[in-house]
Amino acid sequence: MISMRPERMVKLAFKNLSQYKLRAGLTMLGIIFGVCSVVAMLSVGEGANQEIQEKIQRMGSQNILLKSVKVPQDENRGSGRSSMVASYGLTYEDAERLARFVPNLVASTAMKVLRYDVSFKARRLQTDVIATTPWYLNVQNYRMVRGRFLTSADMEFGSPVCVIGTRLARLLFAGFDPVGKTVSIGGDAYTVVGIVGDIAQQEVPSGTQLWLDGENQNVYIPLRTYLQKRGDLFMEWADGGGTFEKIELHELILTIDKQENVVRAVDAARRVLKKHHPKEDYSIVVPLELIRQARETRRLFNIVLGSIAAISLIVGGIGIMNIMLATVSERTREIGIRRALGARRTDIVLQFLMETLLLSISGGVIGLIFGAIIPLVITASTDVKTVLTFPAFAVAFSVSVTVSVVFGIYPARRAAMMDPIDALRHE
Amino acid sequence: MLRPTMSEAIVELKGAVKEYVNGSLRVTAMRGVDLRIDRGEYAVIMGASGSGKSTCLNILGCLDRLSAGTYLLGGQDVSDLDDDELSEIRSRRLGFIFQSYNLIPQLNVLENIEVPLFYQGVPESQARVRAEKLAKRMGLQSRLKHKPMELSGGQQQRVAIARSLVCDPILMLADEPTGNLDSKTGHEILELIDELHDEGKTIVMVTHDDELAGRAQRVVRFLDGEIISNEWSGAPKA
Repeated sequence: MISMRPERMVKLAFKNLSQYKLRAGLTMLGIIFGVCSVVAMLSVGEGANQEIQEKIQRMGSQNILLKSVKVPQDENRGSGRSSMVASYGLTYEDAERLARFVPNLVASTAMKVLRYDVSFKARRLQTDVIATTPWYLNVQNYRMVRGRFLTSADMEFGSPVCVIGTRLARLLFAGFDPVGKTVSIGGDAYTVVGIVGDIAQQEVPSGTQLWLDGENQNVYIPLRTYLQKRGDLFMEWADGGGTFEKIELHELILTIDKQENVVRAVDAARRVLKKHHPKEDYSIVVPLELIRQARETRRLFNIVLGSIAAISLIVGGIGIMNIMLATVSERTREIGIRRALGARRTDIVLQFLMETLLLSISGGVIGLIFGAIIPLVITASTDVKTVLTFPAFAVAFSVSVTVSVVFGIYPARRAAMMDPIDALRHE
Repeated sequence: MLRPTMSEAIVELKGAVKEYVNGSLRVTAMRGVDLRIDRGEYAVIMGASGSGKSTCLNILGCLDRLSAGTYLLGGQDVSDLDDDELSEIRSRRLGFIFQSYNLIPQLNVLENIEVPLFYQGVPESQARVRAEKLAKRMGLQSRLKHKPMELSGGQQQRVAIARSLVCDPILMLADEPTGNLDSKTGHEILELIDELHDEGKTIVMVTHDDELAGRAQRVVRFLDGEIISNEWSGAPKA
């Protein structure tokens, strides 16, 4: 038996819906809001997630970051002399011990991070100076833009060379080629041998917030050179008086061979440090753990979002069911006529389902359009990063259509199960 | 009883029983009805309300099924067909004309005429040609795109007649087709039905109007679910 042709069914459904424009519009509104809010929420969530992931990823998932932390030295309050020099944090000894006791260690990168005035000709800029070892480049995933990074030869001889970040190169050397020029770092002369960029700079093409964050304004010098010139004491002028700080290592980055060995290495590092530091004047940051936490947070976020989305879509579905029930009872007579003229029950079910489908698809499409516009507006008007992903569209759309059809089945079946004789008599 | 010698039976009811269960009440609407209507006959079914004539028409129109007995439509036993098969029979072999026209309000004249073809999967262009032809025949050529609400009662009934003819049915069933019309328009509709009969259509009409009964060759009277008289008259037209 030949049944109704699909294109004619669509036409019929469209005709029927256009009879009740206001009603169809209001019904669609439920779906539009549902789909739109799901897409918008997902893209804001995805944007936040990507931002966090990128930041963490740049720290390196195989790395363990150790930092010196200043703790208040209560017992020294009475004695003026010892408070003149605040000594705390990670030491060279710590680095050696860690290198010996932490399993699966590939490299240990020591860093001193200090603020100095850097000047070239008449230009002067205060920025972070990082005294470190050549391995630093690998740990941070930075890319050389020009020239070279620090080498082991630089370390060996304590050469007065430096590598500068791209942003600093632009600010300090506007118009000059920095490589080969000599800059003054806190009064000492260093020769620029290379320019280093940030990984994020090369992979994020346009000027987002992230890009500016990631742009490199630092100066990198060999650790050995710094120690020879300045030693471990650092003097800071504040409030009319000077304070001395003695920190051997500001940061220490331990690189582990494989991700799965990181947890064990962290435990070892904790034990080693605890044993020799009565006070916790250091902090341990494990990017891998942060990644795990971020994933966990995201999972929770997704569950919450999913529940909200499910509720809003179910509400939309109930709206559809409500309207379709009203439509069916209003059109009881029509159903009777159609049945008398040869429509099968399936034809009636399909007729009403087609109307539901048409409502939900058009509502879904409009919802997707608004759902795509809202994140763009958010990004344009605030600094919040948003990411539109295809799965968000697909999920929002398909779930809304599925829900609508599921909720449309009951009214359609009710229409089809009517007794044609009763339906014909219906006023 | 005078039975004209005719060849082919279109309707054959044998011992037809129809019972309803209405709450705890059991209603018997047809108590063993035997009825035969041949090709080309014009029969009028009469009776008071509750006599079983409407039930009989629903049975003949395959809108309802017998509780007992058999119904042969054009030689085919339709007593035991399922819902889908009955729908198919309605769409291909039967034409309905109702008292209140029963047009679909959101469809225009042509689309209303096309509805039965729609359920047979007839292509739109083909359906359109047939619908236009019938609409012209019914004198509706200037109203093709109008909605039922924009038509007079007589015009609406003409659309309904055109719709009942679109599948070229073997049996046309009319339920008080002039009940909602003034007498002049009613007469026009009856003339139209006579015309169809003259063309050889088999027509069964339910009415309680004695005047209408005079137009038919045959009058079947129902009382309490049984046929109490079944008369042929020689003169078909008043």
